[in-house]
Parts: sequence; structure tokens; C-alpha cells
Amino acid sequence: MSAHAGNLSPGQLPAWIDIGVLPVLNVAMALIVAGIIVALIGADPWEAIYWLVQGAFGSGYAWGYTLYYATSFIFTGLAVAVAFHAGLFNIGGEGQAYIGGLGAGLVALAGDSFLPAPVLLPLAVLGAALFGASWAFIPACLQAYRGSHIVITTIMFNFLASALMVYLMVDVLIEPGQMSAHSREFAETAWLPTMREMLGLVGIDMADSPLNLSLLWALICCGLVWVFIWRARLGYEIRATGLSPSAALYAGIRPARVTLIAMALSGALAGSVGVNEILGLQHRLLLDFVAGAGFTGIAVALMGRNHPFGIVLASLLFGALYQGGAELAFEIPTITRDMIVTIQGLIILFSGALAYMNRPWVARLYQYIATRRSGAGVPAHG
Amino acid sequence: MDDLFYLGISTLAATLRLATPLILCAMAGLLSERAGVIDIGLEGKMLAGAFAAAVTAALTGSPYLALLAGLTIAAALSLLHGLASITYRGDQVVSGVAINIIAMGLTVVLGNAWFGRGGNTPDLNPEQRFMPLQLPGAADLREVPLIGPFYADVVSGHSLLTYLALLLVPLIWFLLYRTRFGLRLRAVGEAPAVVDTAGISVLRLRYSAVILAGLLCGLAGTFLAIAQNAAFQREMTAGRGFIALAAMIFGKWRPWPAFFACLLFGFLDAVAIRLQGAVIPGIGPVPVPLIQALPYILTVILLAGFIGKALAPKALGRPYVKER
Repeated sequence: MSAHAGNLSPGQLPAWIDIGVLPVLNVAMALIVAGIIVALIGADPWEAIYWLVQGAFGSGYAWGYTLYYATSFIFTGLAVAVAFHAGLFNIGGEGQAYIGGLGAGLVALAGDSFLPAPVLLPLAVLGAALFGASWAFIPACLQAYRGSHIVITTIMFNFLASALMVYLMVDVLIEPGQMSAHSREFAETAWLPTMREMLGLVGIDMADSPLNLSLLWALICCGLVWVFIWRARLGYEIRATGLSPSAALYAGIRPARVTLIAMALSGALAGSVGVNEILGLQHRLLLDFVAGAGFTGIAVALMGRNHPFGIVLASLLFGALYQGGAELAFEIPTITRDMIVTIQGLIILFSGALAYMNRPWVARLYQYIATRRSGAGVPAHG
Repeated sequence: MDDLFYLGISTLAATLRLATPLILCAMAGLLSERAGVIDIGLEGKMLAGAFAAAVTAALTGSPYLALLAGLTIAAALSLLHGLASITYRGDQVVSGVAINIIAMGLTVVLGNAWFGRGGNTPDLNPEQRFMPLQLPGAADLREVPLIGPFYADVVSGHSLLTYLALLLVPLIWFLLYRTRFGLRLRAVGEAPAVVDTAGISVLRLRYSAVILAGLLCGLAGTFLAIAQNAAFQREMTAGRGFIALAAMIFGKWRPWPAFFACLLFGFLDAVAIRLQGAVIPGIGPVPVPLIQALPYILTVILLAGFIGKALAPKALGRPYVKER
């Protein structure tokens, strides 16, 4: 490795700066701007951080909520990342998650009267993935065969998902005799066991929280995505297409096929949010249960640099922000939970859109230090 | 029969009102994208503009200062978009998404900190807002059959900003197709290298286009907050920025077709509001969600190439790197 470090051209930096220093610097800048906003509205940023951390990690109950939020973000973060690797920007995670929840809910509503849980739950998980995948598959087909831009079509499909769900919940699936738009509650065979129940089986006591088995499924998905993207032939084709569509085409990779597969997988992952929300927590179909998780996935993927490990870390941060933010809003009423939305936007700005802003001066600083250390004007070994 | 006529009149009047922010944002997107910069952030800039206008109107009482504030804030966000996507060559879609989310969060955070009403701003008096204007003779002509009500309620009776939006469409057409600046702006979206070779700054042209787009979004936001409504409410743009984006694509990145797409989408919105809960005899309730989803469905069908071909500017989304 160090043999290469000495041969870096002026534009290149050692991997630990590109993967370690720059991303942390970008997130730090986003958090500093957030701190300035908090100070501007007359609150103490340090006190805010204290309540945020306290709210997110201060008790078993807090941990449960933090991890429950993180679960959804792992799914949507992976969804954005898989599409990114193919050079596609899937903005439609929100809609795919919504429709994924519908898939899980329909399976649960259809089968909870006669199927036992060990059969029903895997079917419902599959339903979420399939419905999410198909909602992403249509824009993928339009991109692959008709040349319509995936960013625009996935945005449109978010709104279409929302309209479809309003129609289904208000006019079709609504619980008879009820005014509010939600379905009947599923029978308990369709409830995904909570972590508290599962850990209770092996004698570990845990505070009650919405955290459920979906977290395990999310972590398994991380592993599967890693194997698929970096160890499987199809994953190689996806990455090759993302890096250089023309080179991939020349190598005999069919771009249309890559678009379809990457988007279907992306949609299936986003759809799995429905497992966490519908099977894990709500136990019925309802409106707006995705609550922005699809958009958080964009921030998570950018921050985690599209790698499952980074995505788990970023999801944990956002889970902590969501849960801690609720506590923070309670302790310091001038800071509402919308501050978390702002931080999310700032992280997308600094880690995504302005990702290259800091690179030139960090590169100059590195060159300067390296040159001084070697003392001869030749870039030093890293 | 008479009822139907007046329903038609009121629907047309509502169409113009609902289309106003769409027209302004679609023209904004058009300017930016014809110069080669993707603008997903219309929604966020409009929202921030609406917030700035409502706050300024509440504090100073002047709708004109409010307009100035709306324009300034939206243009500032545009500048940020330019910085990210033109200067630092970041991903233009990501930058737009960031602006939308920041605007969504920050307007409520600031609104709640300053006014403590869950993110809404105080209600405004008529003199703090842009109120509907009565065109000369509107009251006298009302009694004339057919033309009278049309003139009095559809042509007359809108706020200054609606008339401004209608006036801006031919102006932007003229700017794009009949001026040197417009020619260069269109060229920079198709072949920036050629423009650069001619000795014209690609950066300056793109920045001008992006900032003009911001000003138009600010106008749209001001209209929403202090003309159509009497206060800022959280997330009050409610996806209009994306409908405008759809209208711009539906109009194939050209001013007049985009304008008519905005009118169509505004009309669909007006009809959907009127048909809420209505029942067609023998068929059942009107599927209002379907009507509301029509703009998106139509845009997807258009993008799929089934209603002519929508060709984006060639250099759209590509940062310009000067050769050295």
C-alpha cells in the first residue's frame, strides 16, 4: 500500500483521507451549521446535544426507539445505495416503502385468519419486497426502454403512491364503521415479534419499545447487499455500469438489464420499510406511515458512502437524531423535531452536493505536510 | 343551466389562481434547465420564499417589502444551488433535494421559534397582503350576459402577482428566443464547450439563469403566502413545485406549452376541489384521488414517449469543466 502512496499525483489522496477524513469533515460542517441555527433561535447548542444524546441513548427504552428508527433507515439507505452503484438516483424510496407496506399489509389481511405465523410472516415480508420492487420496476422499465429520466419518474411515482394509498385507505380497505382511514387490526399471527419478546425467550430483559425482528432482517440485508454488490457477478456488472456505462457496454454488459435489476432490488429494499412499520409496529394499514424515511435514506446513503457498513453507522446516527430529537423537543420547546429534518437536509447538502468542496484545501494541506516531513519536496510515503 | 354557467366561471377563475404558482415555478425551472442546471429544488425555494414573505409582511406590514424578502431568500437558495452544482460540480439532483429538505425543516424551526404557532406565521390583514384587483368596469359590466360575468370574475379579480405571472410568460419567451442573452442561455444548456470557445463565460450564464429561477420561485412563494393565503403554514407548497416541474417537462422545456400545461394542471386541481364528495348518478363517487394524480400520470406517459418525445437540453445535469 505505502509503495503506492508515494506515487500519488497532485489530485490524488490516500484512501484514509477520502474514506475517513473528508466524510467526517463534511458531516461535521453540517452539524456546525445546525449548531449555529440552534444558537440563532436562542437555545444553547451544548444543552441541545446533551438532551439529544440523553434522549437517544439514555435508557433501554431510548435505545429501543433509536434502533427501531435506524431499522427503517437501513432499508431506505441500502435502497438508495444499490441504485447509486448502478449510476441511478432513486428518489422514489418514499413511494416504494409506502407500496411495500401495502404489500405486507395485504398479505397479512388475506392470510391472518388461517395461516400460522411461521408461514404468514415470511410471506408478508416477501409481499413487502415484491410490492416495493414492482413500484420501482415501472420507472426502471421506462428508463431502460423508453429513455425517460429515472429521477423525474420516481418523483412522480412518489405522488402516485400517495394518491393510490389515499384512495385504497379511504374507499377500499377502511375498517367498516370507522371514520379514520385505517384497515382493521391484523390477527396476532401477523405481528412480527418484538425484540423484547425474542430476548425474553433467552432470559434477557429489555425495556418495551417498538424495536422488532425487522432489525435482524435489515442487518441480514446489509450482508446480502455487500455480497451481491462486491462478490457476485451481477453486482460487478452493476458497479461497472455505474462507473462507466460506455466501458460496461463494451465489455458486453447490457445496460437495460442492469437498470431493471438494480432498481427492482432497490425497490425491494425500500419496500421492506413496510416490514418494520406495518408488521412490526402498527399491525394495520394506515396513511403516511413512511413519514419521510425514504428521503432520510438519501442522506444515509450519501453519509455512509453507499457501503453497508457506513449505512449502518449513518442509520444509527439518524435513528439517534429522530429519537433524541423527540426528547429534545420536549425539554427545549423552541427546538421542534423539524430541526432534525433541517439537519438531514444539511447533511445531504454537505455530504452530497458539496462533497468536493473541502477536497482541494485538504489535498493542499496534505501535500504541504507530506512535503515538509520528507524534507525534500518529494511527496512522502503515507 | 345558469348554475352550470356560474360553476364554469368560478372553476375558470380558480384555475387561474391555482395555476399562478405553477406558472411561475415552471418558468423558473425552464430558465434553469435550458441553461443546463437541473432544478429539483423549485419546491424548497418557493417554500422559503413564502416563509420570508409572510414573516416580513407580519413584521413590517408592507406587502412590497414582503415580496422583496421572498425574492431575496429564494435567490439566496438559488445561489447555494449554483455554488454546489456550478462551482463545486456536485450532483445537481442531490443539491436540489437538500434545498427542499432544508427549506421544509428550517421554515418550521424558525417560524416556531419566532411566533410559537407550530410553524405558522400570524394572520395578515388585507392591507398587508396582495388583494384581488378590480379591473376598470368590472362591476358595471357584470350585468352583461355571458361576457359580463366572465370579465368580472375570470379576467378581473386576481391579485397583482397573478397578472404578473401571466405577463412573464411572453416576456420569458421573448428573453429566450429573441435576445442575445436568451440565445446564449439556450446554447449553454446544449453545448457549453461551444459557448466557452466563443469567449463567453459558461459560469456567469448559468449563475444568471439559476438566480433568475430563484427570483421566480420567490414570486411564487410570495403569492402563496400573502396573496392566495393570509399566512405561512408549514409545508404549504404541498408538492406544487413538483407539479410545476412536471408541467415544464410536459411543455417540453418551452414557455408556451409549459404555460398551457400549468393551466391544465391548475384546472384539474380546481375541478378536483369542486368534485370532492360529488356522486355521478349510476356510477358512484367521483374518484378525486385519480383526478389529483392525473398531472403525474400524464407526465409519466409523456416521458415514456407516448405523447411525442420530450427531449431535455443536451447538457442538462452535466457540470462544465473547462479544458486546460
